[in-house]
Amino acid sequence: MRERYLLRGNEAIAESAIRAGCQCYFAYPITPQGELVEHMAHNMPRLGRTFIQAESEVAAINMVYGAAAAGVRTMTSSSSPGISLKQEGISYLAGANLPAVIVNVVRGGPGLGNIAPSQCDYFQAVKGGGHGDYHMIVLGPSTVPEAGELTMLAFDLADRYRTPVMILADGLLGQMMEPVELPAPIDMASLPAKEWAATGARGREPNIILSFDLSPDNLKKMNLALQAKYAEIRKNEVRYEEAETEDADIVIVAYGSTARIAKTVVRMARAEGIRLGLFRPITLWPYPYEPLRALADRVDTVLTVEMSAGQMWEDVRLAVAERANTPFYGEMGGIVPTPKEILTEVRKHAR
Amino acid sequence: MERSVVIAGFGGQGVILAGKILAQAGMTHGLEVTWLPSYGPEMRGGTANCTVVLSDEPVGSPIVDEPSAVIALNLPSLDKFEPTVAAAGVLIVNQSLIGRAAKRSDIHVYAVPINEIATRVGNPRTVNMVALGAYLKATRVVPLDVVKRVMAEAMRDGGKEKLIAVNEKALDEGYAAIP
Repeated sequence: MRERYLLRGNEAIAESAIRAGCQCYFAYPITPQGELVEHMAHNMPRLGRTFIQAESEVAAINMVYGAAAAGVRTMTSSSSPGISLKQEGISYLAGANLPAVIVNVVRGGPGLGNIAPSQCDYFQAVKGGGHGDYHMIVLGPSTVPEAGELTMLAFDLADRYRTPVMILADGLLGQMMEPVELPAPIDMASLPAKEWAATGARGREPNIILSFDLSPDNLKKMNLALQAKYAEIRKNEVRYEEAETEDADIVIVAYGSTARIAKTVVRMARAEGIRLGLFRPITLWPYPYEPLRALADRVDTVLTVEMSAGQMWEDVRLAVAERANTPFYGEMGGIVPTPKEILTEVRKHAR
Repeated sequence: MERSVVIAGFGGQGVILAGKILAQAGMTHGLEVTWLPSYGPEMRGGTANCTVVLSDEPVGSPIVDEPSAVIALNLPSLDKFEPTVAAAGVLIVNQSLIGRAAKRSDIHVYAVPINEIATRVGNPRTVNMVALGAYLKATRVVPLDVVKRVMAEAMRDGGKEKLIAVNEKALDEGYAAIP
């Protein structure tokens, strides 16, 4: 067994980004992801890499655009209000087909909100928080080790599809500590060369990286190419986990921190004879519609639990349609539902 | 088996650090652990608490409705968390600062003069280690020597080698305070 480290979610994400070969990290500090910035500030310069505490979130995301265009692995991180400020830049990254990783350690909203855990930025992440017909891959880690693993994956997916990828975490996952076995740093030399990058046009034709085209015909072509890429991602990259669903009458659908709390609820419900299972989307975009639909055919009730007014619930209902009951239980404002509170909801729907 | 503890007190009493040392010791001892702090403004002088879950299986919820133990270092913490202790669980009450007895009779209550012990040990700021020592004796979740080792490492990492001896003594005295 590799050595285990007791890390916060924020630290696991930062350290995994370093091990994934992140060369340039730009951010403006905000709670509850301060430790992520601190870890990068401490370690990136020591490794001869770039850490810049930008003058604003807008500056940070545009620095990411520049670093991505130059062909290096790059990341920024923030929390809800800061991520809102980055939306224009994220749309530009998507439009310019640039790979980058963006971390949102979500806190209570809207507005300045508070610094407590929330999942109220789901719409913004998966339905396009910026302008234009774009998507980014959105990964929802549920544990500290998984936050690390998905960060490694995020850099690979960003490069493979030349797209921004978001890690959608929350304050609870960012702040809590858990043992992590860190992966070995990747061998940067093993990564495919980025022939498209703006690396200085010595001895070759210039590479041009743009997110605009004034001709509607050409912009339509650009959009069609993006949509073809998204179709490819939908086909290849759907990830989810099912737990105790084989004989279930009821399943909870939850992601992130809420999903790990729901795992305890599954244990509690089973102990009192309720056949409860858990369906946990890992990719929030692309959403696992098909597997959830297949599961809905076998159960009576699909209960969505999330720390929002019911944002992911919309995707659950798209998947399930009329195949099962689709009740919702949520908390807002930074309140985290406890296992007992969720169990009380489950009991209402038990046979 | 899954065990959990809420360590609660004033900001500055070291509850966050005590929880981290316990979690680290649990991990070193081969357990699965989670450590969850109350974070934000309450870290600066108000009440602070953290929850540690220790288990031989992967931990689901890091949030616990009914912890198997509570360490209450001040009255607001006792008021808030005494009702939550699981039946037959452990409640450690800091008698030095809390003027009332615990109300529950279905749990194991240990009233310990934690501040007096810390002062006797030679550093009033070792309240958190006295409390942790008492908790370890009452629950036997992790061996005392593992916690001492982890504590010493944490002090060394923080450049506070000279505090190792007094904190070891605080852990010992807290441990000895429980029958």
